[in-house]
Amino acid sequence: MSEKKAPYELPIGPIHPALKEPINFTFTMNGEVVEAVDFAPGRAHRGIEWMGMRRNPVQIVHLCDRICGICGVSHALAFSQAVEQIGGVEVPDRAYYVRTIIAEFERIQSHLLWAGVAAHELGFDTLFYLAWQVREESLDLIEYITGNRINYGIIQIGGTRRDITPDMVPRIEQGLKYYEDLFEKMVNLFLNDKTIAMRCRNSGILTKKRALELGTVGPTSRASGLRMDVRKDSPYAAYGDVDFDIILPDVYGNEATGDVYDRIVVRLFEIPQSISIIRQCLAQMPEGPVLAEEKYAKLLLNLKKAAGEAFGRVEAPRGEDLHYVRMNGKQEPPEMWKVKASTYSNQMAWVEILRGEQIADIPIIVASIDPCMSCTDRVAVVTPQGDEGVLTKEYLHRLSVEKTRRMQE
Amino acid sequence: MISDLLVTLGGVVGVALFGVIAGLFLMGIDRVCAARMQMRQGPPLLQPFTDIRKLLCKDSVVPANAIPGLFNAAPVVAFASAVVVLLYLPLGSILPAGVPVPVTGEYGDLILIMYLLTVPALAMVAGGFASGSPYASVGAQREMVTMIAYEFPLAVAIVAIAWRLAAAGLGMPFSVATIAANPIWGVVGPLGIIGCILLLIVLAWVTPAELSRIPCDTPEAETELCGGLLVEYSGRNLALFSLSMAVKLVAMTGLTVLLFLPWNLSPVLGLSGIPAAGIDLLFFVLKVMVVMFFSVTLVRVVMARFRINTIVSLYWGWFTGIGLIGMLLIILDGTFGGWLL
Repeated sequence: MSEKKAPYELPIGPIHPALKEPINFTFTMNGEVVEAVDFAPGRAHRGIEWMGMRRNPVQIVHLCDRICGICGVSHALAFSQAVEQIGGVEVPDRAYYVRTIIAEFERIQSHLLWAGVAAHELGFDTLFYLAWQVREESLDLIEYITGNRINYGIIQIGGTRRDITPDMVPRIEQGLKYYEDLFEKMVNLFLNDKTIAMRCRNSGILTKKRALELGTVGPTSRASGLRMDVRKDSPYAAYGDVDFDIILPDVYGNEATGDVYDRIVVRLFEIPQSISIIRQCLAQMPEGPVLAEEKYAKLLLNLKKAAGEAFGRVEAPRGEDLHYVRMNGKQEPPEMWKVKASTYSNQMAWVEILRGEQIADIPIIVASIDPCMSCTDRVAVVTPQGDEGVLTKEYLHRLSVEKTRRMQE
Repeated sequence: MISDLLVTLGGVVGVALFGVIAGLFLMGIDRVCAARMQMRQGPPLLQPFTDIRKLLCKDSVVPANAIPGLFNAAPVVAFASAVVVLLYLPLGSILPAGVPVPVTGEYGDLILIMYLLTVPALAMVAGGFASGSPYASVGAQREMVTMIAYEFPLAVAIVAIAWRLAAAGLGMPFSVATIAANPIWGVVGPLGIIGCILLLIVLAWVTPAELSRIPCDTPEAETELCGGLLVEYSGRNLALFSLSMAVKLVAMTGLTVLLFLPWNLSPVLGLSGIPAAGIDLLFFVLKVMVVMFFSVTLVRVVMARFRINTIVSLYWGWFTGIGLIGMLLIILDGTFGGWLL
């Protein structure tokens, strides 16, 4: 396919079978090869921050669950951590462990979901069905622990809303065993399969240097060989007490090339890591309550008086999830709430890793950073004429200066 | 004269009906088998029939920037040519050469079948380019490249077998009647059997490419091109394309059956006349099902989609290589077979 043709534009999205969420890609193609990439996110913007800034923190926790269907715990956890820091809420030790356990189950189900999606993007539907069938076990366990399969609603400011009691441990252990037994099979299917290796090796390469420069996070950066993991770098919940290593592609004897294959390796090997973390947490869990303040009214009253700002950082399955909260001590809703999901940091890597690749590899490379547009989309630009425009840095700067002037008057 | 013509017409309609029904039935079996292997329930066996019925009730939308004439003609040409292939293939003991009904007569052989098999694909390419959609254009380009890739190994397999039959002293080696009457396994020696197995492997791999199924469904590639060639097709046009795919499934697997499994049941059971034709037709469908299961269903369940350049290197490199080795073995067998053993 080396025929020389004038570059043509291939639109992918906002709705396309390869995309699980709306985003608009425009590829400048030369034959089957991508020459340039442009993408326009913002199609899944729902104004969640706007809604949040009109609600009290406990309500926002539940809103956080609904930012993303996959990493609900991460958002709720990051927000709670920020608010707890502002309000000086002392979280009971046991709650930290429950939070860690549920966050790790979320990682297992998210990575399996991703593995299925990746297989589907490669046209390998059998593996897709297998991965999603296997994922059911983690959803069942999450339902067993939290009562919900998707929007868990277990995180509360000052702890968790449910406890993991000793009689629940055998069922959890049964699930962990299930995944442990299955892991070798999954590795064999995903990493030793000829067609997958052929499609994924050396495609969508993100070098270590570029991964660092583009500010990527999570499995995407780890696949490029960057040693970064919020759980290790600034431990939250119970991660400081458990023993685990940052997963890099060399766990499977790979030199970290930062290709799609390495991203599969990292995500797959994070599953046994999560199992080990859950085991350690179950063994080490101290006795005690799981919620600092059971009465919401009292909690809200205390939070209303709290003033200050804080960041909550959580290693979501897709990478670092960061919530910024500012409270002024006068009102219940936070003065400012900003969500920066992992895909926001990772998405610029697309421009880099898609260039020079084939059309056939677009779906898997786009999926390889595990994008979540609902997490990411915090703004949608609509001009009075109704059509979207591109806002330049100069324009935004001018707006900012104007607002400062207005406030000064 | 007129009655002859009527019988021929009846035969043609019969073959076309058989092709459509058998093809849709095979597709249903394929879907159920694949679903069971993927731990799914799968659709009802007759789902393809339901799909076609529904598509036939729907409007065909012609995109604004398509070329309407070509766009609408492509599905008709694809379907017609797929049915014509079947007319030249023996369906069980029903030979095209006029036993028991005269359909196409003595004319037409394997070389014609090879050419006819490319016509539905070419029609799809034309339809894809006429759609005026970038997805369809990319799909059409890929379909052309795929065709170039798989035609050579297919030709190698057919030519090798015909050559061996000719070397065995049979007249008209390309004629389907000759091939059907002389199963290749009985003609060749041990060396040739190895060669034939290699050719069978090659043909089994050409089948998914010819039918645009995973791993060679790059021209349609749902996740990349949203259906590629067929992206703009809907309603009756899409129904015709689906039907032509179904008939092509029978034709392609029927070709494998003809080349490598041409045996019939009726001589074993000692039947003749209409019952023999019926039994052999059923047996033919069974053989086609087995071939389809191994070369279409099983392959598409255990593989991921290839990239277009992988298809080219795989078919031009590996399968042509295997095919040529098979051919060489058959040539050795034909030339020295007598005194090698």
